[in-house]
Amino acid sequence: MAQTGKPLPLLAAALALGPGVAQAAYKFNMQEPATALGEQVYFLHNMMTAVCGVIFVAVFAVMFYSVFVHRKSLGAKAANFHENMLVEVLWTVVPVFILLAIAWPVTKTVLGMRDTSNPDITIKATGYQWKWGYDYLKGEGEGIHFVSNLSTPQDQIHGKAEKGEHYLLEVDNPLVVPVGKKIRILTTAADVIHAWFVPALAVKQDAVPGFIRDTHFRADKEGVFRGQCAELCGKDHGFMPIEVHVLSAEKYAAWVGEQKKKMAALADDPNKTWNLGELKKRGEQVYASNCAACHQPTGKGNPPAFPALAGSKVVLGPKQAQIETELNGRPGTAMAAFKHLSDVELAAVITYTRNAFGNATGEAIQPSEIKAARK
Amino acid sequence: MSQQQHQAPYYYVPAPSTSMIWGSGALLCLAMGTIFWINGRGAGPWLVLAGFGLLLVMLRRWFGQVIGESESGVYSKRVDVSFRWSMSWFIFSEVMFFAAFFGALFYARVLSVPDLATLENQSLLWPGSTTAWPNAGPGFKEFFSPMHAMGIPAINTLLLLTSGVTLTWAHWGLLENNRGQLKMGLFATIALGALFLCLQAYEYIEAYHQLNLKLTTGIYGSTFFMLTGFHGFHVTLGAIMLTVIFVRVLKGHFRADHHFGFEGVAWYWHFVDVVWLLLFIFVYWL
Amino acid sequence: MASIPGHADAGHGHEHEHHHPTGFMRWVTTTNHKDIGSMYLWFSFAMFLVGGVMALVIRAELFKPGLQFVEPEFFNQMTTLHGLIMVFGAIMPAFVGFANWQIPLMIGASDMAFARMNNWSFWLLPPAGTLLVLSLFMPGGSGGVGWTLYPPLSTQMGIGMDFMIFAVHILGMSSIMGSINIVTTILNMRAPGMTLMKMPLFCWTWLITAYLVIAVMPVLAGAVTMILCDRHFGTSFFNAAGGGDPVLYQHVFWFFGHPEVYIIAIPAFGVVSQIIPAFSRKPLFGYASMVYATSSIAILSFIVWAHHMYTTGMPVAGQLYFMYATMLIAIPTGVKVFNWVATLYRGSLSFEAPMLFSLGFLFLFTLGGFSGLVLSMTAVDVQLHDTYYVVAHFHYVMVAGALFSAFGGVYYWLPKWTGHMYDEGLAKLHFWLSLIFFNVTFFVQHFLGLAGMPRRIPDYAPQFAEFNMISSIGAFGFGLTQLLFLYVVIKCIKGGPKAAAKPWDGAEGLEWTVPSPAPYHTFETPPVVK
Ligand code: HEA
Ligand code: HEA
Ligand code: HEC
Ligand code: CUA
Ligand SMILES: [Cu+2]
Repeated sequence: MAQTGKPLPLLAAALALGPGVAQAAYKFNMQEPATALGEQVYFLHNMMTAVCGVIFVAVFAVMFYSVFVHRKSLGAKAANFHENMLVEVLWTVVPVFILLAIAWPVTKTVLGMRDTSNPDITIKATGYQWKWGYDYLKGEGEGIHFVSNLSTPQDQIHGKAEKGEHYLLEVDNPLVVPVGKKIRILTTAADVIHAWFVPALAVKQDAVPGFIRDTHFRADKEGVFRGQCAELCGKDHGFMPIEVHVLSAEKYAAWVGEQKKKMAALADDPNKTWNLGELKKRGEQVYASNCAACHQPTGKGNPPAFPALAGSKVVLGPKQAQIETELNGRPGTAMAAFKHLSDVELAAVITYTRNAFGNATGEAIQPSEIKAARK
Repeated sequence: MSQQQHQAPYYYVPAPSTSMIWGSGALLCLAMGTIFWINGRGAGPWLVLAGFGLLLVMLRRWFGQVIGESESGVYSKRVDVSFRWSMSWFIFSEVMFFAAFFGALFYARVLSVPDLATLENQSLLWPGSTTAWPNAGPGFKEFFSPMHAMGIPAINTLLLLTSGVTLTWAHWGLLENNRGQLKMGLFATIALGALFLCLQAYEYIEAYHQLNLKLTTGIYGSTFFMLTGFHGFHVTLGAIMLTVIFVRVLKGHFRADHHFGFEGVAWYWHFVDVVWLLLFIFVYWL
Repeated sequence: MASIPGHADAGHGHEHEHHHPTGFMRWVTTTNHKDIGSMYLWFSFAMFLVGGVMALVIRAELFKPGLQFVEPEFFNQMTTLHGLIMVFGAIMPAFVGFANWQIPLMIGASDMAFARMNNWSFWLLPPAGTLLVLSLFMPGGSGGVGWTLYPPLSTQMGIGMDFMIFAVHILGMSSIMGSINIVTTILNMRAPGMTLMKMPLFCWTWLITAYLVIAVMPVLAGAVTMILCDRHFGTSFFNAAGGGDPVLYQHVFWFFGHPEVYIIAIPAFGVVSQIIPAFSRKPLFGYASMVYATSSIAILSFIVWAHHMYTTGMPVAGQLYFMYATMLIAIPTGVKVFNWVATLYRGSLSFEAPMLFSLGFLFLFTLGGFSGLVLSMTAVDVQLHDTYYVVAHFHYVMVAGALFSAFGGVYYWLPKWTGHMYDEGLAKLHFWLSLIFFNVTFFVQHFLGLAGMPRRIPDYAPQFAEFNMISSIGAFGFGLTQLLFLYVVIKCIKGGPKAAAKPWDGAEGLEWTVPSPAPYHTFETPPVVK
């Protein structure tokens, strides 16, 4: 078996088919683990592959022996045996013991994986179509929250620009955690099922809308670890990566301080009255990171799956209906509720849509109106 | 008649027939019609109607032919055994169909509803969610009352159980060549089934208008109407099948030693009965 | 048409008196198991091409990083339809085709137990296939949700999703009726003296498969019905706000889905169990233990479903239980592998195309079984779930397993069906090209999965580029090779050396006692088996 991680000669020959083989870095096994549990998983996989490899070789040695020696063209005469109780019992019972031997260490690892008690830091990861939201719930950094979007430019995806080194695996706001601390990740989702998957940390946990699930990791070394959403979640399932920065305790503390300051600066005064220009400017950002995926940066949407906002009856109609749409979504469609945005953000994005893409209602929606609309 | 039995071929293989392709067309029309209908496209209801019509044509032609063949005596004992096997397996498949919905009910009661009320879910997502059953989920804010077991459902249980008895009584009549008892028993069974359906309909109306218990009433409403609805649908089918059998009896079909049609329908009816008992216990009572 | 027969020689006697429909109507109205078997096989191959072309769209898009040919939505729809069409349209009907042709011949029955219902089972497939393909042309396209149709994504989709749901309903009806027919035929129509334990193993495997189908297709119907209600009638089965749970769907689906993969595999075991003894010129080793092993696989397959759901967050006790139960399946499957190898041992082997495909099956299916075993270990599956490792695993068991076995079966029985020998040289070429390209396509996917490439994505990070390119090249090679198969089959139907009643000297069984091509009606009076 070739999953053992060593390139077989035969395989190498097959690889020669691929162009650019000389400089390509072929990887035949799992990513290098960065946690103790990851090491165990790595070991278990190698062990199982080896066990299977040995059985495979043993079984097919017999097959190929027969194929080469007992062939009719060599004058082989068929024997006529067709039953043997002893071998049947043997090849039923022996594998049972092999499997028991394997099940034992796996059980230990599984128990370790699922022990999420006593975390140092608890972070909630929420899957949205198609980005991750992070809330630091407990431990150092409590209160920090942000949304993490793919940062690879569209041009790279559509082949109009050279692809970067971390093409598709890079985000604007990475998750940041300290090294050597037990991090508990609570997963949930706002719309459909996503899965939070970082290979090197040996975690993959489905994020099920309406439920909290959890997993944990304790990174042994500093570094940047990348993963992707691992549950089909609609059109941009391939474009919602996860980037985890593991920092030393000091650097982490510094990062936390910085975030807190940023958040304080960003915190909007909900009672302030905003003018149209301010709202539009703010709304454009909110739109780009929340709405453009479906309704497109042009506002033209992608009908019929995603309606255009340009010229939409809802957007040009009474504002209450639009506030309602954004706050509560449209159940049963991809249009999710955007309750988690702040009053200011919602007011801004609604104002923006009503005054962009050729829409020109001239209305400025105030955060207080959103606040009133929330029950 | 029994003479014909002796002349029956070893195993009757029917000649080519055009009935089945009508059935395929019917299902295609029904499927497309339903899809268009529930998506609010104009042609939907008409297509459903057309599909339903085609289905009736197909059933009439196909089963008419089978009944004719049966009465003309081309079905040997071996064919009869085939019918028995196939009906048993068909009922088994129905059991599994209901199992999916019962599975949903048990899952909701034992797993998902309590899960939604765990500490973490309560504090982060669903403040105020509870584990109590009946439960329409943490997002359901209206008031509703569940259906109580001891009113109509209990009466319905009695009705169906009695109908099982009358059907067996009818079968005895058939076996003893007592056609009067056969007819009476069958008629009583159909009447009890119809009464059951009327009460069920009444119960639904009450649920919608008095109890605020609807299909949209969270998981309780979903499982309640799905299970009882599909059961009601099966009772309807069973009653139609019994009616066909009744008409055939009136025409003088079936003999004490050759009446698989009757027995197959009886098995089906008993199956529907047993499902009801489970419904009564798990949906209404516990 | 066939009026109510009033005379004793009804049945086959018929076609002498009534005009038999000819041309197209012959196929529409037929009640003959051989006609119906052929239709199943052709339908299945057509669907294989359709599903294969979709696979090629997938592989073309994945040839290199970046979005080249299709939009992500369309890519997802291709993945979804590829899975559904291959599983329900190509592989399952192929083996029902074999069952129709061979079971009556093998047990000495005049036809299937319910000839008209048999016709209907087949003729439900074209409407279902139509619905699946039509869904692509609906506004918003088909549902891009994966063949597993997980909600709530599937509740979001447009009208195309409803097409899929109803297609699944109709496919389910078709397979249930087909299976009831097969069970009844096997249980009730064996020739005198053909006891259950004397039946060819292929019949046994189908008996067990049919049982699985009848048990689980209704469950799938229930699952998609619940999706339909959540989509249109406001129910909350899979909606947490109403007390439901998206994971409930996964339980119901995989309660169907895991037995389903054995529905695909077990008839393939049956075909191989016919071919290997024939070309080893030696009886099947451990017939009885094969029967028991197959039954155990079927029973176990009901209690392992949640190994597809290790990452949904089920309690750890559940994870462990499902891991142990899943590992257990390796035991009976191993027994089968060992029995096949023991059959080969000290035989007198020759390597015609059916045998080559069976050996290819044996080798590669076992490989796929081992990767299944790797996945069964919860801790490792948490890494590999929903990555290309899983894609590699199931193509090994389904393509190199089921599909190879089906190719072997076609070559094995083609002389009986057509009366001609096929072109052995081309058939061998078909095998070797398939073998090579298959491995080029799918072996490298193990590495992609291990490195962490998720499945169902239209674009990927550059680190996965090389293996994806290799895989895509292999896929096109594999696809083109299948056109060779089509050519060999058509050539064999058109003509070729006359086939003897028993073209394979080592073959055993009643089917080889009738002339080649098998007459339209066989065993109208049952043979007596000693
Ligand atoms: C023909 C179809 C088929 C077959 C036969 C199998 C066989 C097996 N499968 Fe597979 N499987 C699929 C089709 C199939 N599978 C599909 C389609 C999916 C993905 C679905 C989706 O998500 O879309 C899947 C996914 C899948 C998963 C989930 C992966 C994931 O999504 O995370 C798992 C996990 O346990 C698994 C395990 C197994 C096991 C243990 C077997 C075993 O039955 C294998 C047993 C065989 C052997 C082990 C080899 C021979 C044995 C010996 C020689 C004996 C000695 C050996 C030892 C004792 C070690 N399969
Ligand atoms: C038994 C079933 C079966 C079979 C036979 C195949 C066959 C193939 N499959 Fe797959 N596959 C599945 C079942 C099957 N598959 C399932 C269940 C999934 C999961 C879906 C999901 O995630 O939901 C899947 C998913 C899947 C993926 C992952 C997609 C993704 O995650 O996004 C890939 C990618 O490489 C793939 C590739 C292939 C290839 C290259 C073949 C090849 O073997 C195909 C070869 C055949 C041809 C190429 C046709 C040949 C014809 C021509 C070339 C001529 C064409 C001309 C005309 C018709 C005029 N399949
Ligand atoms: C995941 C995809 C998605 C995202 C992200 C999204 N929408 Fe939508 N939106 C939809 C869909 C789908 C509909 C159509 C719903 C329906 O059919 O009722 C819709 C409908 C709307 C409508 C009503 C349009 C009409 O003419 O009916 C408005 C207004 C709207 N969205 C605004 C927004 C805003 C503002 C944002 C960002 C804060 C946003 N959407 C983000 C998918 C999305
Ligand atoms: Cu989110 Cu896939
Ligand atoms: Cu499985």
